[in-house]
Amino acid sequence: MKFFRSHILIGMDTPSVLQGAKGVKEALISELSKKGLENEIKVIETGSLGFSGVGMIVYTEGTAYENVTINDVAELVEEHLVKGRALTRLIAKGKGAADVVANAEEKLLDGQVRIVLKNAGRINPDDINEYIANDGYEALGKVLAQMSPKQVIDEVKASELRGRGGAAFPTGRKWEFTYGTEADQKYVICNADEGEPGTFKDRLIMEGDPHSVVESMAICGYAIGANKGFIYIRGEYKLSIERIQKAIDDAKKLNLLGNNILGSDFSFDLEVCFGGGAYVCGEETALIESIEGKRGEPRLKPPYPPVSGLWNKPTIVNNVETFANIPQIITKGAQWFKKTGVEGSAGTKVFTIIGDINEKGLIEVPMGISLREVFENIAKVTKSGKKVKFAHIGGSSGNIVPEKNFDIKLDLATLANANLTHGSGVILFCSEDVDVVDYLTSISQFFKHESCGKCTPCREGTFRLDEMVKRLAAGNGSEKDITKMKELCEVMKRSSFCGLGQAAVNPFLDCIEHFADELRQGVKEEAR
Amino acid sequence: MVCSCENGKETDFSLLDNIIEENRDNEGILINVLHKAQTHYGALTPQIQKRISEGLNIPLSEVYGTITFYHFFTMVPKGKYVVKICTGTACYVRGANKLVEQFSEKLGIEVGGTTDDGLFSLETVRCVGACSLAPVVTVNDEDIFKRVSAKEIDDIIAKYK
Repeated sequence: MKFFRSHILIGMDTPSVLQGAKGVKEALISELSKKGLENEIKVIETGSLGFSGVGMIVYTEGTAYENVTINDVAELVEEHLVKGRALTRLIAKGKGAADVVANAEEKLLDGQVRIVLKNAGRINPDDINEYIANDGYEALGKVLAQMSPKQVIDEVKASELRGRGGAAFPTGRKWEFTYGTEADQKYVICNADEGEPGTFKDRLIMEGDPHSVVESMAICGYAIGANKGFIYIRGEYKLSIERIQKAIDDAKKLNLLGNNILGSDFSFDLEVCFGGGAYVCGEETALIESIEGKRGEPRLKPPYPPVSGLWNKPTIVNNVETFANIPQIITKGAQWFKKTGVEGSAGTKVFTIIGDINEKGLIEVPMGISLREVFENIAKVTKSGKKVKFAHIGGSSGNIVPEKNFDIKLDLATLANANLTHGSGVILFCSEDVDVVDYLTSISQFFKHESCGKCTPCREGTFRLDEMVKRLAAGNGSEKDITKMKELCEVMKRSSFCGLGQAAVNPFLDCIEHFADELRQGVKEEAR
Repeated sequence: MVCSCENGKETDFSLLDNIIEENRDNEGILINVLHKAQTHYGALTPQIQKRISEGLNIPLSEVYGTITFYHFFTMVPKGKYVVKICTGTACYVRGANKLVEQFSEKLGIEVGGTTDDGLFSLETVRCVGACSLAPVVTVNDEDIFKRVSAKEIDDIIAKYK
């Protein structure tokens, strides 16, 4: 293996590419060869580093730079790589990244703890050896050599890990259902059909640390007695598909997947499937239908997938983020995992912070942080400097929380008690500039488009909801629109076939509760 | 490889037949076959649907039903440049719907349409996960334009003319 004295990791996620990361990378490579350093310093693409603009980290020092442009490259190479002193004006500000990325599990950005994202931006995702060097596949080795399937499930149960896809079902219990179901064939599925507007956490995990998902699925397979797994990735996520496929291929070469893994009698094979752009396929039974090659319409539950799923065999469906927690729970133990988070909500949660604010991006924080803390410590201020008006949490089907309720803690138990959801982990902040009713039209339009059409309450309901909201937004509504809207939402919530229709009404009900005055402004003057 | 399906010319189905042959015995392979067929032929025309239906022994109604369910699949060829405007919530609050109107006006096509010269198609897309750069417009999923404003539209279109 060739030895390089230094490595530069450059973030090559979509936002970075949009901000010119590719050009910066090319400039960097040509500058290095100009200085004759191409055999000493290696440039590696990685997922998001969580910095603003084009970001990169220079190892072995671990110096983090942000907002790098093509024009900075020559100076950066000259200063840092030739003269060996950091280019202070571009160092990632106030984030302390330079010190902490090197000890990845310590706190990174303000208030953050990295479990799920421990490797993202720190290793080369396309190199299995780097993953292995960071304790990768140790957990798989440990379960195969030392643990029975039952012990694996007990450990996951003891960790109190709950699903990160939105429903928050205890992962260990789910695995136990499948473990306890007799069948000639079982399956493991990773739900990577990330389609909730504003969410990109799963993409970052897959692009930054694909092996954590691969390893974890093999562990799950061992625990429940499955020898076949599928990763269902959104078709638009081209880079995720490539990285995961490469991870699978590399793992097969090292016998970390395939027959008789590491000399044990456990065999496990993984396959990538991709979606065709249908939001409803994030629903687990719709996703299963889609893997079976059909229209992605949800199935009647029960039976639930852990008992009867893919081709009617017991199937575990877990979210990418849920899986990414598993290897560390195995190597470090359930007790270690429970140290982070709060009672009833162990571990961390990855949130994508977006909207009308200055600091956007992705954070991983312990469960139990409050919405206000997220806003004040991470988002800081709204773009226009105006007061923040509301946060929309959990994606389009999540809840709208007005500023006065920002003290709510973002852990599963608290949210559930308040009838709220963390959903997919988006937090979209809006300032007073945003008109709530206009905002709702974007959501009603979305659900009208994405309803799969199988059941009447959702198919018809999303259409009518869209009509009413648009009437109100145009100032042509009537009082009746508001009362009918509430009624319709209740009906959809109770009678829709799957989670899509049941949850689609959340933001509307929240607005009726918290922003009734604004809705009423959409009533025609003569009808008031 | 470019397909030879032009104005009445016979379409070369040998590649499609190979795709079908390779996947014939796999369960649940329809979507994968459709993906590959569309990538190669540009659109899933009735002819292609029929061939897939026969080859995989899946009813034509099911093939058609699956194609129409997923946004990704198309039955008419798309333009050389597919302009996609993200209409996720973050882009929406930054004026994506106005961009849709303006692009539609400038190109003279509705969303889902293709210009007569076959150069442009206009589409909207669900959140592309680049919310910090909203509103986002992509061309052929490769060229990405961030924080697009109305006055940049002409420049973007001109780039591809």
